[in-house]
Amino acid sequence: MRRSALLVLVSWLFAPAVVWAVIETYQFSSPDLEVRYHTLSQELRCPKCQNQNIADSNAPIARDLRVVLYEQLEAGASDEEILAYMVARYGEFVRYRPGVDRNTLFLWAAPALLLIAGAGLVVRQARRGGKRAEPLSATEQEEISRLLEERNG
Amino acid sequence: MIPELGHVALIIAFCLAVGLALIPMWGSMHRDVTAMNLAPTLAVAVALFAAVAFALLAVSFLQDDFTVAVVAANSNSLLPPIFKFSALWGNHEGSLLLWVLILSGWMTAVALFSRGLPLLMVARVLSVMGMIAVGFLAFSLLTSNPFERLLPNTPLDGNDLNPLLQDPGLIIHPPLLYMGYVGLSVPFAFAIAALLGGRLDASWARWSRPWTNVAWGFLSLGIMLGSWWAYYELGWGGWWFWDPVENASFMPWLMGAALVHSLAVTEKRGVFRSWTVLLAIFAFSLSLLGTFLVRSGVLTSVHAFAADPERGLFILIFLALVVGGSLLLYALRAPAVASRVVYSAVSRESLLMANNLVFTVATVVVLLGTLFPLVMDAFSLGKYSVGPPYFNAVFVPLMALVMPFMTVGPLSRWRDDTAARWLHELLVPGIAIVAIAVSLGFLGKEGFNLWIALAVLLAGWVALGVVKDAWRRLANPGGSLRWRSLTPSFMGMAVAHIGFAGVVLGAVVVTQQNVERDLRMAVGDQQELGGYRFEMVSVGQQAGPNYLADQAVFAVTRDGQPVATLIPEKRRYFASGQIMTEAAIDASIWRDLYIALGEPIGEDAWAVRLQYKPMVRWLWLGALMIGLGALLTVADRRYRTQVQRRDAPVVGVAGVAP
Amino acid sequence: MRLKRFAPLLGFVLLAGLLYKGLSIDPTALPAARVGQPFPSFAQLELTSGREITEQSLSPGPALVNVWATWCYSCRVEHPYLLALAARGVPIFGLNYKDDSVKAREWLLQLGDPYRLNVADEQGLVGLDLGVYGAPETYVIGADGHIKHRHVGILDEGVFDRDFVKWFPDMGVSGSVGAEGGDS
Repeated sequence: MRRSALLVLVSWLFAPAVVWAVIETYQFSSPDLEVRYHTLSQELRCPKCQNQNIADSNAPIARDLRVVLYEQLEAGASDEEILAYMVARYGEFVRYRPGVDRNTLFLWAAPALLLIAGAGLVVRQARRGGKRAEPLSATEQEEISRLLEERNG
Repeated sequence: MIPELGHVALIIAFCLAVGLALIPMWGSMHRDVTAMNLAPTLAVAVALFAAVAFALLAVSFLQDDFTVAVVAANSNSLLPPIFKFSALWGNHEGSLLLWVLILSGWMTAVALFSRGLPLLMVARVLSVMGMIAVGFLAFSLLTSNPFERLLPNTPLDGNDLNPLLQDPGLIIHPPLLYMGYVGLSVPFAFAIAALLGGRLDASWARWSRPWTNVAWGFLSLGIMLGSWWAYYELGWGGWWFWDPVENASFMPWLMGAALVHSLAVTEKRGVFRSWTVLLAIFAFSLSLLGTFLVRSGVLTSVHAFAADPERGLFILIFLALVVGGSLLLYALRAPAVASRVVYSAVSRESLLMANNLVFTVATVVVLLGTLFPLVMDAFSLGKYSVGPPYFNAVFVPLMALVMPFMTVGPLSRWRDDTAARWLHELLVPGIAIVAIAVSLGFLGKEGFNLWIALAVLLAGWVALGVVKDAWRRLANPGGSLRWRSLTPSFMGMAVAHIGFAGVVLGAVVVTQQNVERDLRMAVGDQQELGGYRFEMVSVGQQAGPNYLADQAVFAVTRDGQPVATLIPEKRRYFASGQIMTEAAIDASIWRDLYIALGEPIGEDAWAVRLQYKPMVRWLWLGALMIGLGALLTVADRRYRTQVQRRDAPVVGVAGVAP
Repeated sequence: MRLKRFAPLLGFVLLAGLLYKGLSIDPTALPAARVGQPFPSFAQLELTSGREITEQSLSPGPALVNVWATWCYSCRVEHPYLLALAARGVPIFGLNYKDDSVKAREWLLQLGDPYRLNVADEQGLVGLDLGVYGAPETYVIGADGHIKHRHVGILDEGVFDRDFVKWFPDMGVSGSVGAEGGDS
């Protein structure tokens, strides 16, 4: 019973964030702003929803943040300024592209590091192995002869 | 009565699974042939009772038995029958039952198609699968019983299935996905069996390959369906969001891709054995990890089932036992199965090793990105989010990196090859493709598009590699073409590789060339987009079986010629009151035209999103080819000749180390 | 060399530990970004009196700032508890978030007014500066005018005793019982 109560509570709390097309009909003073709007609205996370950006979410806060984004773009703010504005109020949580700070440095560097480390391991292993095949031991030789006989016989 | 019978069937299945987990394994340790021979019988028995339980739950859904809790929570009397049936797996408890059913299906398949395998191996493989079944059945019976009843406060009607799930795509998507996830338990079981036996040879790889390919093929198809469904159902034209649950299905796929290739090397050359065993363990472990992530509430996702940390703990313990146990076994037994490197730095083995490496790094990167917010939170370092901008930035270069290897791979020789030979084979056609790529790059909407040129280049090279390989096989000094050399194994590889190239090309083109416009439109308004003219002709309403829809009718023309009539809808479902967007799509191989309705504006106008999406279908057609290619490979004769050896005396047992 | 075989197992153990920790964390909990910072400055009308107030008006601390609205069902559920807290002497300021002021005033008349002051934030601008993303939310302002804590969701006795009582030491349930006359 407790579980179903939890289910009801969870679904009710997040009910507003049903996924459906959210279409704002903004007029942009330049096409470049419209492009930036699309990019940033997909980069900013809706603080309240179950993992949606503000472009796709129907929640009231997402709508408010889209308006703020639009107004700031029209006012001439740069991408960094807009992101800083949002982060100051909602924390790093609201950025889908993590900013590069002491904590996220590892995240951004990891792919390259892993690749290089992995390649290093593989190359080292290959070098150690060498090109020539090892000669067969006596038992192995016998087994091969036996198998060949079996197959051909 | 029926739910109780279902419950009993599930309990019986559990008991049989316990028997399957213990008896043949014990038999394998004591060389008891009778005990080992029980394995196929027990496997089929588990499948039978799981099927009975599943069928009885289905009956409860179809009969609108709202005394059963999951039926009341997920179904409704107005729901069309097909969705009543699919509602069975649209929830946590029912989907677990589907998991168990599919697992027992795979066990049955292994039991039936393993005549050529040594009894020792069959016993161990089925036992391991039995252990997994025990875990899931226990999880179901102890924490998520689908047959739980709502008595005496039975609701008069159900809550309804989430309208998002009332869709044919969503009916097949979970079963296909589960076929993949669960299917990866087969190579996993083979890997464990090999480690237990202390011996891993080419024949082991040959036995594992068909199972792996089929499982991975289904997983590819399942993921493809999910992406396609999201595209046409969610109303914003996106097809991948790097959501934790999506990543949970993608990581096993990436590992599976590496595994498919690594198994090929182990079968043909006997090397990569440690890698292959590890990949087999990782692939299924990631499936289980995915199960954990989706059902425990540890990560936030639009896809997740309702979170319950209690259930999460159970799965975590199960995960720890299965994965921890298998990795411990690996650590202890790996030296017994490791191979010695006997290939040069320039060889097909090297290329496939690079393939293994890149796919493993890709998997780790996706895992890292998915878990990073959790790591930061666990160490109280703040709340972070990691989303598509990060994943796209790190994942795309990795895939780009692997593509040149895919070009050379099919042409390369085993063991020892020379770069000069590769250059000789590929230089002239390679340059031709560069020229094509550059010229196609100019077809972008704003002059030269480097990304498109690169995508055409890489995809073209991959196709080139396949074509060259095919030609090499076909061409005969005698003059005639050797069509029989194009085996299902080769054709599967060819189709899958070309499919992959198609996916990459489609993804890049649609991302770069997508044209989107959000605007207000009233009846009579027109808009030009991507060379097409969209005119809103009329608005109206339409009733469905369990919803009422607002519609707008659009006439789409190009150069005056009619192209399509598109009718996007906004549906309100009666039972839940939820509102859903139904986008209207005109699909073709070269472009999709996509219209979605937003909010009504005033009395007579709507907010409308128009999209022109070139080559988006290539994504899913490519993914379809990957899946079908993988499935095609098992038609190869080499897997069927195994069965013929059934009549030869079984000598396998003697050659296995204790 | 032997140890290399154990690397995957070790990696998994770390992962399992992380996931275990993760089970006790709520991924949806979002602490306020402004914690430790002064309350954002604003100039808005007070809801009932109509005079202009600023962030200076939200003093003396420590006090609660409760974000509420008439369209918010949970706020109605939480309201009686706010009245009880106010009766115990906890200073509560209100932020009427994106609401119709007329309806809000009626609401307070009908249900009781626990607030010392109410900021009529019809546009939601103060909420935006604060980092509000829904209602109800309750902030703690310290004596220095800095934000100390935020709770998202309904405020009740359990939450207050667990998270808020450190700023209102005599106002918890146990505190109010003891206030009647301590043992000495």
